[in-house]
Amino acid sequence: MLLKKLTEASGVSGNEKEVRDIIISEIKDYVDDLKVDKLGNVIAYKNGKSSSKIFMITAHMDEVGLIVTDIDDKGLIKFTTVGGIDKRILVSKPVLIGDSKIPGVIGSKPIHLQKKSEREKAIDIDSLYIDIGTDTKDETSKYVKIGDYVAFDSIYVEFGDNMIKAKALDNRVGCSLLVELIKEVKDISFYGVFTVMEEIGLRGAGPAAYYVDPDISIVLEGTLCFDVPKIDSHLIPTYINKGPAISLMDRTTIFNKALRERIVDIAIKNNIPYQYRKSSMGGNDSGRIHTTKEGSVTATISVPCRNIHSPTSVMSKKDYENTYKLLKAILKEYEKGEFTDGI
Amino acid sequence: MEFNSKLLEELVKTYGPSGNETRICNYIKGQIENYVDEIIIDSLGNLIARKKGNGKKIMIAAHMDQIGLMVTDIDDNGFLRFTNIGGVSPLVSLHQHVIFENGVLGIIAKEPVEDISKLRLSNMYIDIGVKDKKEAESLVNIGDVCVYLPHYCENENTVFTSALDDRIGCYIAIEAIKAIENPINDLYFVFTAQEEVGTRGAKTSAYRIDPDICISIDVTGSGDTPKAKTFAVGLGKGTAIKVKDQSILTHPKLRNIMIEVAKNNNIPYQLEVLEYGGTDSGAVHLTKEGVPSGVISIPTRYVHSTTEMVSKNDVMNSLKLLIKLLEHNIEF
Repeated sequence: MLLKKLTEASGVSGNEKEVRDIIISEIKDYVDDLKVDKLGNVIAYKNGKSSSKIFMITAHMDEVGLIVTDIDDKGLIKFTTVGGIDKRILVSKPVLIGDSKIPGVIGSKPIHLQKKSEREKAIDIDSLYIDIGTDTKDETSKYVKIGDYVAFDSIYVEFGDNMIKAKALDNRVGCSLLVELIKEVKDISFYGVFTVMEEIGLRGAGPAAYYVDPDISIVLEGTLCFDVPKIDSHLIPTYINKGPAISLMDRTTIFNKALRERIVDIAIKNNIPYQYRKSSMGGNDSGRIHTTKEGSVTATISVPCRNIHSPTSVMSKKDYENTYKLLKAILKEYEKGEFTDGI
Repeated sequence: MEFNSKLLEELVKTYGPSGNETRICNYIKGQIENYVDEIIIDSLGNLIARKKGNGKKIMIAAHMDQIGLMVTDIDDNGFLRFTNIGGVSPLVSLHQHVIFENGVLGIIAKEPVEDISKLRLSNMYIDIGVKDKKEAESLVNIGDVCVYLPHYCENENTVFTSALDDRIGCYIAIEAIKAIENPINDLYFVFTAQEEVGTRGAKTSAYRIDPDICISIDVTGSGDTPKAKTFAVGLGKGTAIKVKDQSILTHPKLRNIMIEVAKNNNIPYQLEVLEYGGTDSGAVHLTKEGVPSGVISIPTRYVHSTTEMVSKNDVMNSLKLLIKLLEHNIEF
C-alpha cells in the first residue's frame, strides 16, 4: 500500500531522497514532464485539455526529525531537532540513523534516579542521547557520523474503525493523495509538485512556485487535530471523521475567499463531508506560493492527524477517501472550464 | 489645499480587513480613476494605478487593509468565536462594537476572567444579539471577518477614529494623485492588500512593477503621551521621515533627498527611528535585485485601537512632502 510505503520511508527535511524516489517511480509513467529542481522539489506536469490558467497541486515530502551533532566518548549520540518537535515526545523512542538506517533508542536518566524537580519538567534535549548499542566513540563512528539524519522508527498500522497509525502522516498523506490523483486523473492539465523542506520554513515551495508560476494552487496537508473530549469547540482545530479540512487562515496565508467558497460548494454538491480548519496557528507552503512573483490564489485542504509531528500520528481512512473524492470533484469542475478570475 | 474631512471619513468607514479588501478597493478606484492612466487589480487584491511620466519609476505604497477579527466557530447559543487578523489587542477589543461586511453588528465580550491581565482572544466572543446558532448562521458564516465599528471624530487640529492605519496613507496617496497634473516621474500608486498580516501585497505588487524607487506612506507611533517609551516623534511636529523600523533601514540617499525636499519647501519634519513594527517598504526593498526605499510616516497615537489619533497639520505636511518629492527630478 502506497501510504504504508511512504510513511515508512525516511525523509527528514533536507534529506527527502528516499521519499522522492518512491514518488518518482510511482508517477513517472503517468506524467508528461518530470523534473527534480536544484533544491530537490519534484515538479511533474500532466498535459490534458488546454486551459488559460496554470493549476498546481502541491504536497511537501519532508517530515520532522533529528540530526546528529556529536558523538561522545562513551559512543552515545547527541542530536538536535529538525522542524517543530515537542521534546516531551522524544524519550524512549526508537529511531533509525543515516542512510543505512542504524537502529537506535533515545535514552535518558531512569525515573528512579531523577530528582523530584527533574521529574516535574520535560527532559531537555541536551540531556537526551541516542544509544545504538555501542560503547566507544570509535565503534559508534563506524556506523554514524555527525550530520546524519535521524528519523523515527515507527511502522504503519491499521487499527480500530478504519484508523491508521504511522509516523510522518504530515505530509505523506498529502503525497499519497497527489500520487493517486496524478495516476488516475486524465485529460486535465495540472502541475503536481512535491516540495522539500517545508517543516523548516517553507523553503522548497518558493523556488518551485517561481518555476511553475501558477494562477491557482491547492496545497495538500496533514494538519493538526485535537478533538479530545472536554474542550470548547472553538479550541478544536479539526475533528477526525468529519471530512477534509479547508483552511480559513494561518500564520502564512489568508486563503482566497472565492476559491475557498468554491471548494465548499463543490463539496456540498457532491455530498462530500467537509470541515473548516479553525485554528489560525501553523503555516504551510501556501505562504510562499501565493506571494511568489506577481502573486496567485491558493487553498489548503488537509487530512486531520492526531498526534501530529510524533512517531504515532493517527488519521482516518474515511477522511482520506473523502479528501480524495473532493480533489477529484474539484479537478472535474476545473476540466469543465468553470474556474474564472472570480473562481 | 484644504483638509478633506469627507474623503477621510469615507475612507475609514469603508470596510476592508486584510484579505477582504474588495469594498475599500472599489471605493478608492472610484476616487482616482479619472486622474490616472492605467488601473489594475492583481490576484492578491492590490489596486495598482499608474500616472505616466518619463522619469524614474516610483512605487508609492499605502496599504488599504485594516486589522479585523475572523469568525472560527459558532456555538449552540449563537455566540461567535474568533481569531485575529493582524495585531489585535484583547484589552482594546473588549466591549467594542464590530461590523461585518454585510452590515451585521456585534459587540465583543469575555468569559468570566479573574485576572484581566490574562485576558486572551480565545476567552472572548462576539455577541450579535441572536437567540441561537441557526439565527446566527443566517447572518454570519465561519470565515467571515468583522472590523471595529468606525466612529469618525475630529476637531480643529486632530482626527480620532479607528482605521487611520492606514487609511490616512490612502488619503494622502489619493490627494497626491489628484494634485499632480503632469508627472515628471513614472508613478505607480499601489493601494496594497494584506499589509497587516505581513506586507504580502507589497511583495507581489513590487515584483510586478519592478520600481526604481519606493516610498511607503503609513502611520507610525508617537512618544509624546504620559510616560510613553522614549521615541522622538510626536503629533503636530511635522511629517516623519523614517530612518528605520524592524523591516527596513531606509536608503540613506533617498532619505537625504526627502530631507532636502522638506527643507527646501519649508515642510516641518521629524526623523523616525522606530524600534518595532514594519511597513510595505520592508517587503519592497528586497524585491528582485533590490529597490531603494523610504517611508513617509504620519505620527499616530493609539495605533490599532478604535481611537487612533493624528494631527491634521502632520497629514497635510506629509501630503506636501509626497507631492514635492514626486515632482522632484530624483537623481540616483
